[in-house]
Amino acid sequence: MSFETEVAALHSYLLRFARLQLRNDAWAEDAVSETMLAAIAKPQAFAGQSQLKTWLVGILKHKVIDALRSNLREVNASDLQGDRESDELDAIGFKADGHFSERPADWGNPDQDLNQKQFMVVMDACVSKLPPVQGRLFLMREWLELDADEVCKELGITATNLYVQLHRARLRLRECLELNWFAQPASITK
Amino acid sequence: MTSYPFRRTCKEVASLVVAREDRSLNVTEKLALRTHMFICKACPGFELQVLTMRNAMRQWRNYTGDSDAATPPADKSAK
Repeated sequence: MSFETEVAALHSYLLRFARLQLRNDAWAEDAVSETMLAAIAKPQAFAGQSQLKTWLVGILKHKVIDALRSNLREVNASDLQGDRESDELDAIGFKADGHFSERPADWGNPDQDLNQKQFMVVMDACVSKLPPVQGRLFLMREWLELDADEVCKELGITATNLYVQLHRARLRLRECLELNWFAQPASITK
Repeated sequence: MTSYPFRRTCKEVASLVVAREDRSLNVTEKLALRTHMFICKACPGFELQVLTMRNAMRQWRNYTGDSDAATPPADKSAK
């Protein structure tokens, strides 16, 4: 396979991440196209030192950050109401005295191997279901692997706001994964 | 029950366990977390869930399987 063909074959893989992160098909297509053009323009930069996929994702991350920078210069303050994180915590189920109403379910070994298609589908779906701002912030942390300072700088938000949003995103994901995967692994493959 | 400055409810501890994924806890919070885990039967289970998520997210981030199959159905219709 030629280098160009190998790059082209990864189009849908890259698009999946760009869409999850940007939540806008046009921006996502642009980011992926720019990534592929940049890759094809200088194949010598890919010295085969890593997987092609990993290398392309590295380029895509920069393109995604550029897209976020130009399209979302600042997050709307009303998207960041910062003081109601207890809502998501309450969804776990606590009694008035702060104890769990039910023992948290056993999800099995924390180090279990989840590298399977079905789980990735559930995870993608749970991430897509996060409210837009939460989803973006969450993916900047978990997928772009930016540290908190960088995310705050990119989006012009305070660290407190960021932590509140990430906290909520993680609790929502926890609930979604419990409902759709860990509590009933059998139903997923129905 | 005696009260001491680093006593926390399960709800507060669950909040710390989640917060730890994104920021480092301060010394008091760490102490509160550890001592609570020692006496609580429910919170260690919650902590295991969060650790499972941490591992799951890493695998998700690095997933290199069939990308088409891992695209959510909603995205396919948008194409």
